[in-house]
Amino acid sequence: MTAIAGADIVTGAISRSRPARIAARTGGGALRIFLVVVGLIWLVPTFGLLVESLRNPAQYANGGWWNAVAHPAQLTFSNYSALLKNHAITSSFLNTIEITVPATLAVVLIGAAAAYAFAWMDFPGRDWLFLIVVGLLVIPIQIALIPVVRLYSVLGISGSLYSLWIFHVAFGLPFAIFLLRNYFAGIPRDLIEAARMDGGSDLLIFRRIVMPLGLPAIASLGIFQFLWVWNDLLVALVFSNASTQPLTVALASQTRQFGNSIDILASGAFLSLIIPLGVFLAFQRFFVQGVLAGSVK
Amino acid sequence: MAQDSGEPVSQAELAGSPVLLAETPAAPARRQRARIPLAPGEVRWLALPFLAPALVLLGAILLYPLIYSIVRSLFADGPAGGFGSFAGLRNYGSIFTDSSTLRAVENNLLWLVVVPTIVTILGLIFAVLTERIRWATAFKTVLFMPMAISALASGITFALIYADQPSRGLANTITVGIHDAFGSSSAYPTVFSNDAAAYSGSASAGYTTKSTFAPGSPALLPLTGLNLQSPPPDARQAAMPSAARGVYGVVWNDFRLGGGGTAGKIDPRELGLPGIQVQAIRGSQVVATTTADAHGGFVFPGLTSGRYQLRLPAANFAAAFGGVSWLGPNLITPAIMIAYLWIYAGFAMVLLAAGMSAISRDALEAARMDGATEWQVFRRITVPLLAPVLTVVFVTLIINVLKVFDIVFIIGQSAGANQKYSDVLAVSLYNAFGNQQYGLASAIGVILVLAVIPMMVVNIRRSRKEQR
Repeated sequence: MTAIAGADIVTGAISRSRPARIAARTGGGALRIFLVVVGLIWLVPTFGLLVESLRNPAQYANGGWWNAVAHPAQLTFSNYSALLKNHAITSSFLNTIEITVPATLAVVLIGAAAAYAFAWMDFPGRDWLFLIVVGLLVIPIQIALIPVVRLYSVLGISGSLYSLWIFHVAFGLPFAIFLLRNYFAGIPRDLIEAARMDGGSDLLIFRRIVMPLGLPAIASLGIFQFLWVWNDLLVALVFSNASTQPLTVALASQTRQFGNSIDILASGAFLSLIIPLGVFLAFQRFFVQGVLAGSVK
Repeated sequence: MAQDSGEPVSQAELAGSPVLLAETPAAPARRQRARIPLAPGEVRWLALPFLAPALVLLGAILLYPLIYSIVRSLFADGPAGGFGSFAGLRNYGSIFTDSSTLRAVENNLLWLVVVPTIVTILGLIFAVLTERIRWATAFKTVLFMPMAISALASGITFALIYADQPSRGLANTITVGIHDAFGSSSAYPTVFSNDAAAYSGSASAGYTTKSTFAPGSPALLPLTGLNLQSPPPDARQAAMPSAARGVYGVVWNDFRLGGGGTAGKIDPRELGLPGIQVQAIRGSQVVATTTADAHGGFVFPGLTSGRYQLRLPAANFAAAFGGVSWLGPNLITPAIMIAYLWIYAGFAMVLLAAGMSAISRDALEAARMDGATEWQVFRRITVPLLAPVLTVVFVTLIINVLKVFDIVFIIGQSAGANQKYSDVLAVSLYNAFGNQQYGLASAIGVILVLAVIPMMVVNIRRSRKEQR
């Protein structure tokens, strides 16, 4: 890709007259500066949050975070050490992990099984059922809050981690099935048929052929679901209780008195974004693919 | 695309684009897919173990609630949020009559009109501009990053930016800076006069001299209160203007550090008030306006006869510009929209860039060879070929904007009493839910579902086409 673009520039330069070339070059310079400025503007909010999280909260009243950039001596880790001693925050951080990891694994497993059935098994009403799943892709979670709250109280799991897992998995499934079924269906037919000829069961084909070959799509799904659950606020606001609430809910309650809890909010928000950010930077390719495919959600 | 690595392109597209790029090389392989014939006697419910967990969850958490909410929205609230009497469409009616939900509807409409368009255009601009930049990957990573971050963290980030006091929030610091740079801020917010014998009026109404002045008789206009620790850098020793014609005089700070000096007289080390505005008044008409020089001197050379009162208008003494209330009633929704734009511009850009990389380079190059300008290429080739992707981006944003909750909720909550001005339907639904107004909450939920049905139909159609 880079090579192609490079070649383009070269041939373009040769075919152009000298004034055009100069114009292109200066125009390119302005373009580069513009893009750098835009990029910096996009970085400033997060950078400001980081600096604010490293300041003594008393200084918030005296001026914005940029003062600390001029005086780096003001920076301290005290907000973070206070955060790690704050039981409400640490336990909610652990809750976030406990909610996210099982909800991600379950959606991958259940979604992949269903996707395999939709892609490679024959059963009555298969195509109709799949269309229903596609239709459910855009259903807003808001519609389910009240009925599911009632359902959970009947089942006796209100406020539990189960209640959060079930909800996240269910609302992750339409996308999971949609994404994986389309990917699985692209697996060469010969592979599957050969395995069937050899007497391989569906379970075997699913585990030994479809799952390994579907790994890129599964990775996309996993990362997408991980970020979705990790970053969720609304579902947790409704279904978690004091002992199961994730970090987002614990911090959201602090935003009511924004100026007074800036130390917890800034450092807590940074704590909550650093893991998704790491996941995003490490697996950017899969994440982008997930977003591309999930743009209907 | 930015994420190119060793992976074969077709595979990446296979995963990435079932919705977007139905025309990619990978698509035909999918279309050819046919059912695998079953062996004789093979049972058809073999699929059940694979499907059952998903179907149970989808039925219990998506389908059943959908039906429940539709029914529930037709009933009033009974005890503890249970079913009350049949209410017909009254819950829907109250969405549009209750002032708080009506405001949410209006805000939601504003979101729908403004945000998807701006985000799509921004994404398109960035996608086009980065197409030939070598470090496009870095740029895309930076712009796309907010998508990975929770709306909670973004909300806190932007609440920090919008903080009210100019010294704390970045947005206001910049606003005040720009405002002051254009010079409309008042020069002397602290300066005043207590001399009731000399002036009528006040700092907020402006000071008018009680006596009148004729050409040739110098006017002395003393004031006090100048910040002498940091006086205006161009302020000099107060003195009468040198080339005095017509009505003239001096405006100065009648006070000096360290004491001494006579009130009403220009003493050494007393400073003029440069730039202060002076008006000459006859009857009640302003007949001339001028500003004082570095020594505080002012001249009306055109006033050669008659007697005039002099006025120091209130604009000289207005309090310093305190910035804009970003999270106040008027600006809170636009302010939250900017935060949303920060999150989603990268999303639009990445989708559109992926779409552009699928456009045949030959068509573009051929047009350029034929002498088309870059703008013509963009307008006549890129945009039409990109139309399907543009539609997907736009519609996706519409759906997202309809349901927008987290970012509005968090920034709104940080705005305290002004939160209600930011409400959108999803927030109203959450509030109604919290108040156990389940009928109203269900009705709002059903409206959200109705609003996404067109997109649902589009998805289903596209999927059916692919199945054939």
